Order: sequence, then structure tokens, then C-alpha cells
Amino acid sequence: MKQITAVNDFVVRFANVNGTGSASANTLFAKTIFRMGIPVTPKNIFPSNIQGLPTWYEVRISEKGYLGRRDGVDVMVSVNPQSMRQDVDAVKPGGYFVYDSTKPLRADFFRDDLHYIGVPMTELCMQVFSDARKIQLFKNIVYVGALAVLLDMDVAVLRDTIAAQFKGKDKLIEANYQALDLGMNYIREHYEYPIGLRLETRDLVGDKIIVDGNTACALGALYGGATVAAWYPITPSTSIMDAFEKYALKHRLDPTGRKKFAIIQAEDELSSIGMVIGAAWNGARAFTSTSGPGVSLMSEFLGLAYFAEIPVVLVNVQRGGPSTGMPTRTQQADILSSAYASHGDTRHVLLFPDTPKECFDFTADAFDLADRLQTPIFVMTDLDLGMNDHMSEPFDWHDARPYDRGKVLTAEDLDNVEQWGRYLDVDGDGIPYRTIPGTHAKKGSYFTRGTSHDEFARYTESSDAYVRNVDRLLVKWDTAKNITPAPELYQDGKRSPFGMLFFGTTTASALEAKDELEADGLILDAIRLRACPFDETVEVFIHGHESIFVVEQNRDAQMRSLLINEMNINPAKLIPVLNYDGMPITADYIAQSIRTHFA
Amino acid sequence: MSYILPPFRHPDLPTNELGFARKDYEGALSTLCAGCGHDSISSAIIQACYEMNIEPHRLAKLSGIGCSSKTPAYFLGNSHGFNSVHGRMPSVATGANLANRQLLYLGVSGDGDSASIGIGQFVHAIRRNLNIVYIVMNNGCYGLTKGQDSATADAGSVSKKGHANPFTAINMTALAIEMGANFVARSFSGDKHQLIPLIKAAMNHPGFALIDVVSPCVTFNNNVGSTKSYDFVREHKEATSEFDFVPEHDEITADYAEGSSLDVAMHDGSIIHLSKVAKGWDPRNRFSALSALNNAEQRGEILTGLLFVHPEGRDLHSVFHTVEAPLNSLQEKDLCPGKGVLAQINDSFR
Repeated sequence: MKQITAVNDFVVRFANVNGTGSASANTLFAKTIFRMGIPVTPKNIFPSNIQGLPTWYEVRISEKGYLGRRDGVDVMVSVNPQSMRQDVDAVKPGGYFVYDSTKPLRADFFRDDLHYIGVPMTELCMQVFSDARKIQLFKNIVYVGALAVLLDMDVAVLRDTIAAQFKGKDKLIEANYQALDLGMNYIREHYEYPIGLRLETRDLVGDKIIVDGNTACALGALYGGATVAAWYPITPSTSIMDAFEKYALKHRLDPTGRKKFAIIQAEDELSSIGMVIGAAWNGARAFTSTSGPGVSLMSEFLGLAYFAEIPVVLVNVQRGGPSTGMPTRTQQADILSSAYASHGDTRHVLLFPDTPKECFDFTADAFDLADRLQTPIFVMTDLDLGMNDHMSEPFDWHDARPYDRGKVLTAEDLDNVEQWGRYLDVDGDGIPYRTIPGTHAKKGSYFTRGTSHDEFARYTESSDAYVRNVDRLLVKWDTAKNITPAPELYQDGKRSPFGMLFFGTTTASALEAKDELEADGLILDAIRLRACPFDETVEVFIHGHESIFVVEQNRDAQMRSLLINEMNINPAKLIPVLNYDGMPITADYIAQSIRTHFA
Repeated sequence: MSYILPPFRHPDLPTNELGFARKDYEGALSTLCAGCGHDSISSAIIQACYEMNIEPHRLAKLSGIGCSSKTPAYFLGNSHGFNSVHGRMPSVATGANLANRQLLYLGVSGDGDSASIGIGQFVHAIRRNLNIVYIVMNNGCYGLTKGQDSATADAGSVSKKGHANPFTAINMTALAIEMGANFVARSFSGDKHQLIPLIKAAMNHPGFALIDVVSPCVTFNNNVGSTKSYDFVREHKEATSEFDFVPEHDEITADYAEGSSLDVAMHDGSIIHLSKVAKGWDPRNRFSALSALNNAEQRGEILTGLLFVHPEGRDLHSVFHTVEAPLNSLQEKDLCPGKGVLAQINDSFR
């Protein structure tokens, strides 16, 4: 029978029941590989449920450093009877099926092109642990032990990782070691090992870290000086506020234990964005985190923030829509609803990070950008980036970095200024000067409103004043092009008449597809968007290529529409490559789609 | 009311302790209808701030959408103001208050704004004991859209078009008491004598302070059959007590009638003095206040005055245990943990 063989290049998928403690065992497996110096990318595929439904954890190991999701499973660890049928079917021919053999596997689950490795995980645990919860928990560690021997993992690293994970809880560490031994010994006694797939220690990780994007955004907000965080719980953004609170409690207390921050769980997203607007208007750095349905609710307020020119930072961790959609699956499907959130002529600045490092940087930068541009800034991540661990460059900060609060007048400035108008464009960049309530006893007060206003914040129904105002906002939009993160180009000059364009979590798979196609002789130039509005580089790239494949994760080619709408582009030039099944896009899918176009 | 403001003001106008004249608390000219109750409330706000020696720039005024929410443009022209979106002033005020706990916040709303789309934010601001003076200019109808019933219109109240409102009214004061507000009052725009001290006491209360002010809409809801017309309110309002507010540093000079008076000491030593207190009612008791409101409603009376007061309570900042300094005043050194800490955080992800 065929047997898949590879070193440091395969996919392991765990099929579990959610709420059974499998997450920490699965993370342990991935983290150990990372610590062995091998590039790894784990992805959680989970239900919108607390306990009892199927959940999967997929680990891709790639010596070449490809961090996107890959189609096909080489090793399945299946401990969930509910999903076993589909789990058996998901494994590639010649692959391996590791299962709990406490009860015999159903006859019809046997395929003649798979290698079956039964480990009586429950039975082994029952011999050692007494209560049901422990049996359930340590069963997960038993399969990690089994895999360690089957894949020839570095057991010392594995044990260290356990010790680090449960630091200070010696009893728990001991119990984990015990469970680990159960799995390892069982394989050693019953099977030939290692199997055709092996892990070999490498030095390919360097000083990288492995962390989820939501934690990175939270740290970006902490470092960026956010003091007011208003939010409403929604998957997949919730862990941003969990992390923000965790780190703020550690690093933002005064010596007496009082908080230099306020986190408020609002009654809904209508309110959370209102709180952010109120706090930002009053001079605090404030942010919210949400997902598509939250942005829909916030839309009216976002229009006010755009028109009244209030700095707002909003992290949108996108999920599958429309409506409640697929709340635990990933998409990049809020591009248009975020870019143009609210009625009337409204447009917003969007940032598109692609790694945790950029989640950190862009969230911190978003506070500077919001203050400088006096407008909402959206940090556009998604469930894949936000909730899954990703290998990333480490976070960095320069201690001398000041917070750029933009054009805010102090009491002294107000004493010296001859003429001040809240909406008066003095510098020609479309950005006026603002004042914070309470600054000066006699000067600088004004009435903030969503109704039409003149340069001096006075209510007006004058057509001329209205047009002057909204046209100035376009000047500001142009200013934003020069201070938002520039796109990344992946070649010097032009190598091909064809290009590919992508952003965010599509990046890893797109770059892998690019390599794959190049190996076939099809060269593509590539650009990664990092912000909207689009700067000149994007325009030059698009105009400089015959056709551009726009790769994104939604049905309606929303980024393509945004590009067409924002720049003067012939739509025929932009060829959509779309994945919208809720699973992270794969390189094979992208490469295949592009090949089909040339066929 | 639109008219041309005389450009000349007498140079020897009296000033308050801070040296501000009453005109320093005025705003732009009102564009509301002549005789609108809201203008009287604006005037009472101006007078209260003048008498309370408020520094105009230390007060922020916020509102939602509607006739009432336009009024912050017509008073306190030297204060920052924020006219937000419909029903959502409470959230903006919450954020503003979190950013700077040292300013005085005045929220102005109407019955359309607070009792319909805004009712969620209204009750949640109360739950959190947001430190704000919250004035509802309550006329039972939508003026800007030409006279539709609002959610505070009494059942049976007849609109200008001649229809009797078939739905139950939301009583903002009872709702606020029920939700845990510690300062709840009702007044009438035509009763300056009562309204001004109420506003002063509310500004002194360290938490959520509601003043529901019945404020007739002269254009759409001042007709016979309306329970929010000037005539009806004058005939049916029943004061729970005479009311006076004595700031902490003032001597008590007024003579109060013996017997039925009651003093409530505020957190800072100022005193709320109530006299001619209605029988069988204790404004310090939540249930007594609710019961009095309920009884008055049965009798068709509009109970006014300070309905409930509990001068204690932790506001949002106390609950959150935030630092004394305004959060908006904190700088890089206060907020950023720095490169060294980040290196440790990085290590925790390896």
C-alpha cells in the first residue's frame, strides 16, 4: 500500500468534540513543532457552540515556510465519533488515521488506502486517572504522546513545552507527563515507528513568535495609548478585549492599583461606537473591536464621526456573512460595507494587516492616523488572522516614539492663534485644527454636530458652505493616501505582463501560489495592499499590467469593486480569484484558478 | 424663537463669584417656535449655571436629535457641545465622561429621543450611574416631523389632528427610579422657581441625575385634550414639596415653615431643603416615590419636584477604579509599557 512520506512537510488534522479540552493539547503539538525550529501554521475550525459539536484543528508543517492553509490531510487524529465518517474521507490516499480504539472502529470506516493506527486512549487513561473529566482531558495528551513517537518529535522539547504551559502547577505537569508516556509507550509497544512522516529539528524559525492577531491588536492598542475601550461581545473579535484587559491590568495600573484605562462592555454596538466617539471627541485615545454585524449597527455613528471629524479606531475582525452568516468561519467580506459605512457620501480609511506583527503595528499606527486625519480608521483583520496562531516577526517598539496627536490646539496655542475655525483648512491638507473640551476658559469651544456646518462649526444650510466642506473632506482623503501604510511589491520593476493583487490573510497562500506557478513557468508580478485609500503605487501597478488577478475571500469580489470605484480602471483588467467557503484560501486553489484562466 | 439679538449689553451687568455675567452663559439665538417650553428650560439652565458659578469651559453639553437636542446651541455658548445621533447621547456622554471625569456633563434630550430609540441607552446610563445631569424636555410629541405622538404621550391624550393616543405612556421618572437612579425629579418648563434649584441640585449630585421637564409644544401639542398643554399642566401639576438647593459654601438664610420640612445633605455638604412635603411620601425612599407617582397618575395629576434622592452611590469611575487624573491627560510615559516589556511579551509567544 502507498505510504505518504515526507520530512517537515505535511498536514495533521485533529478531529475533536468542542469543550473537551482538546485545544490546549493541540496547541501543545503545534508549539512543540515551532520550538523544534520548523515553520508551522495551526488553524482552528470550530463551531458556533460551547460544548458538544465537532471541532477541528489543522496543523500545517512546512519546511519551506509556506504558512497558508494547504488542501488535503496527511494524518488524521480522530477522536470524535460524530465526524468520523467525514474524517475518514478527508485523508489523502496513503495517509494515516489515528483513532481511539477503546471501542472497535466501524467496519465501513476502513479504507484500503489508509494506514490505521488504533490507540485505546480512553482505556489507557482509565487505568491511571479516576474521574471522568480527567479522563476526557488527558485522552488528548495521550494522542499527542502517540504522535510524538509516530512522527519522531523531540520529546525533550515537548516536555519543556508542557512545563512552560503549566508553569507553577507541578501536579498538573506530572499528570501531563504521565499521559504523554501512556501514548508514547503504547505506540512503542504496538507499532513500527516512526511512520513515513517525520519531524526533524531545524533552525528555520529564528526570533519569530507564534501568536494570534487579536492578541496582537490588543497589544497594539495598549502600546498605541488607548485609554477607553468600548465594545460588545461578538465572535471572532471578543478575544481582543480579553487580551487588552489582561495586559492593561498588568501594565497600566498606577502604584495604588488604580487603572489608567477604562474598558466598558456596552449594551450593543450602537452604544459601543458612541462611547468611542464621545471619548475621542473628549481627547482620549479610544477604540472598539467588532465584526461585520457590529459594523452594520455602527454605521450611522460612523457617518457622524466622518462628518464631524472625530478620531475613531475600529478593529473589524471579519467573519462569514451576510446576516449572522458563518460566525466561526473566515471571510474578507466587509470590504465595501466598511469602506463606505453609513449613508451619504462617506468613505473610511481601511488598513489591511497580514500578520500578527502588522496587527500590532497597524493598530498602534491607527491611533496616530485617527488623530492626524480626525476620522475613523478601520483595522481590517479576519477570523483566520484574529483567532488562529500565526508565526510572525516579533513585535517591536521604539521608546522614543511619541504619540502623534495631530492638530490639537493647547490653551497656549489658542491664546496665540488669530483666527480659529474648527473646520477651517489652514494648511491645505484638508485637515483642520481641533480643540478638546475644557482646554481654555474663553476660547476654542464649538458645537459638534452631524448637521451641515461651516468652517467655524456653525449650523448652515448654505449650499456653498456644504460643498466646500465635503470637498475639503476629499482633500483629506488624498492626504490619507500619503500617510497610510504603502503597498508591498514583491519584485523590482516589471517581470511579467500579468500581476496578482491580494491583501490580509490571502497573502501567504497567494505567495505560495505565485511560487507554484513560477515553477510551472508562469511568472506573475505581485502587490499586497495594506491600506485604502490606494496610493499611486497601486495605480501604477494596475496600469502597468495587462491583467491583474485580484485574489480575495468573498463572493462578490469586493476589493476589485473598491479598486474600480476608487481609481479609473477598466474592469476587464481585474480578474477575480475568489474563495468564500469560510475556510482560509489555499495556494492550490489560487494557482488552479489562475491556470484555468490561461488554459 | 428667532429675533435679532441686541448687540449692546450694559457694561455694568452683575457678575457671579467667578466674574462671569449671565450673558457669558447664553448661546446662539433660539430657532424654536415662539413660546416653546424648551426655551424656558434653556433659560433656567443659563440661570442655574450662572448662580452655581460654573466655569463654562468645564461643562460639556451633549444631545441627541430633535427640537430638544437643538437647544444646547442656544445656551452656554462658551462650552463645548455635541449634537449626536438620535437617542444615542447617553453613549457619547459615557465615552466623554470616561475620557475626562473632571468636567461637568449636561445631557439634553427629548421624549422622542430618550423614550423611543434612546430608551436602551437611557436605562443603561442609569444602571452604570453615569455622572451626568440628564434633562428630558418632554412634550409628548415629535415637533420637527410635525406632531406625531411620542412614547410619553398619555393614553387618551388628544393630538392636534384630533386623534386620541391609544398606547400606554412611558413614565421616564418611574423608569429611572426603578432602574436605580439616585436623583430623579420632574418639573414644568413654566415653573422657573422650581426648575432652577432642581438643576442646581442635579449638577451637584455625583451620579446620574434625571430631570424630566414637561415642556409644552406650542405648535403641535398645546390643544384642548392634550395632557401636555400649558393649560392642562398648570391645572394638574402637583408639587411634592417646595424645593430649595443650598450650595455647600452658602449660609442658609431663607426662612422655612416649621413642621413639614426635610433636609437632605449632599456628598459635599450642600443641602437640599424640602418644605411642604406631601403627606405619606418620603423622597429618600424609592418605593415611597414610586407609589406616590403611581397614585398621582391614578388621580390624573402630574407630580413635580424632587421625586427621589439618595445622595450616595458609586459613579462609573468609582466602579472602574480609574485614576483620579483624566484619562485624556495621560501621556506616553503613563501609557506605554515600553520596549523592554515588549521583549518579555515576545518571549511569552515562543
